[in-house]
Amino acid sequence: MITAAPRHLRASYDVVIVGGGPAGLEAAVAARDNGAAHVLVVDRDQEAGGILLQCIHSGFGLHRFGEELTGPEYAQRVVASTLEHDIDVIADAYVLDIDERRRVKLMTTQAGVSLVEARAVVLAMGARERTRAAIRIPGTRPAGIFTAGLAQRLVNLYGLLPGRRAVILGSGDIGLIMARRLTLEGIEVAGVFEIMPYANGLNRNIVQCLHDFDIPLHLSTTVVEIRGQNRVEGVTVAPLDETLQPRLDRAWDIPCDTLLVSIGLIPENELSQQMRLRFDSATRGPVVSSAMECSRDGIFACGNVVHIHDLVDFVSAEAMVAGRSAGQYVAGTLPRPDNVQLQPGANVAYCVPHTISTEREHTVYLRARKPLDACTLQLTEPDGTPVYARKLRYVFPAEMVNLKLRPAILQNFHGSILRVNIVERATEGE
Amino acid sequence: MLYDVLIIGGGIVGCAIARELTRYRLRVALCEKEREVGFGTTKANSGIIHGGHHAAPGTLKGRLEWAGNQRWDRLAAELGFGFRRVGELTVARAEAEFPTLDKLLHHATVKRIPGVERWEAERIRREEPALSPTVLAAVYAPTTGVVNPYEACYGLAESAVRNGLDLLTGFPVERLHQEDGLWVVLTPTVVLQARFVINAAGLDADRVAASALAGNFDIRPRKGEEYLLDKRLQGLVKRVIFPCPTAVSKGILVIPTFDGTIMVGPTAEEAGDRTDLTTSTPGARAVFDAVRDLVPGISEKDVIAQFAGLRAVATGEDFIIGPTSRRGFINAAGIQSPGLTAAPAIAELVVDVLRDEGLTLVERDDFMPALPRPVHFAALSTMEQIALSLRDPRYRRIVCRCEYVTEGEVLDAIARGAATLDGIKFRTRAGMGRCQGGFCTVRCMELLARSRGMDMASVTKRGRGSWLVYERNGGTLRSSDSAPEDEQERMGGEA
Repeated sequence: MITAAPRHLRASYDVVIVGGGPAGLEAAVAARDNGAAHVLVVDRDQEAGGILLQCIHSGFGLHRFGEELTGPEYAQRVVASTLEHDIDVIADAYVLDIDERRRVKLMTTQAGVSLVEARAVVLAMGARERTRAAIRIPGTRPAGIFTAGLAQRLVNLYGLLPGRRAVILGSGDIGLIMARRLTLEGIEVAGVFEIMPYANGLNRNIVQCLHDFDIPLHLSTTVVEIRGQNRVEGVTVAPLDETLQPRLDRAWDIPCDTLLVSIGLIPENELSQQMRLRFDSATRGPVVSSAMECSRDGIFACGNVVHIHDLVDFVSAEAMVAGRSAGQYVAGTLPRPDNVQLQPGANVAYCVPHTISTEREHTVYLRARKPLDACTLQLTEPDGTPVYARKLRYVFPAEMVNLKLRPAILQNFHGSILRVNIVERATEGE
Repeated sequence: MLYDVLIIGGGIVGCAIARELTRYRLRVALCEKEREVGFGTTKANSGIIHGGHHAAPGTLKGRLEWAGNQRWDRLAAELGFGFRRVGELTVARAEAEFPTLDKLLHHATVKRIPGVERWEAERIRREEPALSPTVLAAVYAPTTGVVNPYEACYGLAESAVRNGLDLLTGFPVERLHQEDGLWVVLTPTVVLQARFVINAAGLDADRVAASALAGNFDIRPRKGEEYLLDKRLQGLVKRVIFPCPTAVSKGILVIPTFDGTIMVGPTAEEAGDRTDLTTSTPGARAVFDAVRDLVPGISEKDVIAQFAGLRAVATGEDFIIGPTSRRGFINAAGIQSPGLTAAPAIAELVVDVLRDEGLTLVERDDFMPALPRPVHFAALSTMEQIALSLRDPRYRRIVCRCEYVTEGEVLDAIARGAATLDGIKFRTRAGMGRCQGGFCTVRCMELLARSRGMDMASVTKRGRGSWLVYERNGGTLRSSDSAPEDEQERMGGEA
């Protein structure tokens, strides 16, 4: 892959972007298009493109490009766009810190550690995977326990196989994709086990990755013990009761040499925490305005570092907002601040952005706490006065809900807090 | 090869003895069954250098605890591992526990441990505000420290090797016997001969002693589960927090580790067998129930890693150190808590025993006590980082994102003996942070493979059948009995 590695780094940039995945690259282009002359993208891997490079399956880009692409194809399009926009992309590099004056402490293989001035910064570090310890599976600590993404990297980028017989814990999308991937590599997948009573991945992945390959999906079931001294020798799984406690009397053993853990992603915010940004405990990412600006001036964020997205297409859309805002910030053309705070209400885990303006059009991303069939997305005043309602066929925690908010919708709203609820249609009192 | 002394077991005790012996003109070897030293009980140790006042003065433990404690500042300075005297509080939450505090104060007086004092509630609140309001009083000891036990073990082993130790890792001792006044020690691949054998075999010390026909004790492994918490909680407590101890254990502790993360544990339960390193739901519950009572701000949600270790508890509960009925066979066995603290003193005691048993000890004038200090990039100032990265291109790439470990640190760890992923992790912290190796595993595998001239499929987590991957085309699965060349190593012996 060709990237725009600069021969010399400038001492100062209009916009420095931390992370060269789809979020960072799209933000870079948008920043260039909106007034930033000098943009630097810093990526920690050998080449820019992010996790897309190891996602060799198709299913990306239907919204963004109107066609179905593989991960590397999607990445290549975004990388090509940065080339056309005269953006410095430096790979195999790392941002160690960003101080109050937006001096970026950068490590590159060419120049070692150096300081680069940035007028604006976009954080686009993506996410990391939750590990076994996050759910404290008892048992031994043998080799052969991999997060699904690590296994994907080993198989797709290194041609190395993680084992011969695998159990997959968690029905997140990466776990489902890897169930199919391992099967195609001749590795037996004994089953996918999901602690919740519903799958955590997209429905299309359940069908295409599990059903099409006869891989069993066990809902309301989890791994309760890992066995094996040196290498995994087996796991014990058990169904859960209504209080999510394992029913050990109904547990069973599965011999396997590999356990893939696919129990969700966590925004990768080490750097943002060092920068002492304000955080949302629900998204585990920074609090952002509709310009994707964080709690510190001139610091923007987008993509999985803000909240976990289900589709890269939405990452792109969000990144374009963040990049545009960073460009506008540098050019001094950033629109007026937001005047309304969004508050997650009934069955809403979070809303991003956290604030909006009644003067502009926004896309608000939100996630339901629990699945519902026919339901209504409501915006209300804090006292419950309805402001806006939209019918939804269903909601599902695994699928983000996109809400387009136009000024017209809010023309009769004059408050400063909007509550967002998702309620069953029957309880609406129609 | 005929050695003057052969040490069986490369834990903290064996390595401390090895280093102590390399001060003298002797041919010394150490046989460790695992792929690297410190991979047994040592690596799962809580990492506390006990204040000196816990063990009763009349016991061997009690004597060596305080003697060992005083050796750690110098050891850390010489070997370059991290050690900090953070102090400790043993807290009482009921008046019924006050006699225990009195006993600890009495121990301190008898052993002349400086600075140990009783704190009342008000002072405790001020100094450790995160402690539960139910704490009534405490004994404070400034002498307690924290250390990374594996780093100490690696430092001792490396220093010993530089001073001439013949270190054999991946060499389990199968049996040993005496022949013409010499000990003949059999491993699966080599036979070693020695005038003296030191039994520092930890959990297997009773079996080694039995094999030498000197067995008169049993080792009963006592398991301890530990839970490492997210560094978000860094600074929550400043000192090691002990509840009042019981007969079998010092209780569940809250430990601000040397690296700044908080660790809670250990449990204390009789293990089923000597390989039982499982963590358990009841264990986690016991730890967090106890910890919530001590420091209410800690919860299970903050766990980033969990592990278990086995203490080698000998019949009678005390250390067993000294000569046996078999001439030349010397025990350093039953080293449970405070074994890490006592290890440097145990080593000196073993040297005395060897002298008493007739080994001629002539001090060398070329003993090199110091090791080059490993680089800890994240701890350097920005100016130091810039200077180092300009000077040495190996410090221009981050391998572990959670702990900011550079390629240079990983390569250095490999050059100094890391042969497995765990070996790299324990030396550099790569893989020890929040993501638990999600990102750096592949990079560490690559660096290990490249540096040691092996393929990726030969890289293991910790040797012995802990294979990680196999190659897609024509690769064969590794199993515990394959690839012996990658599972053994012999270092040193030149000096």
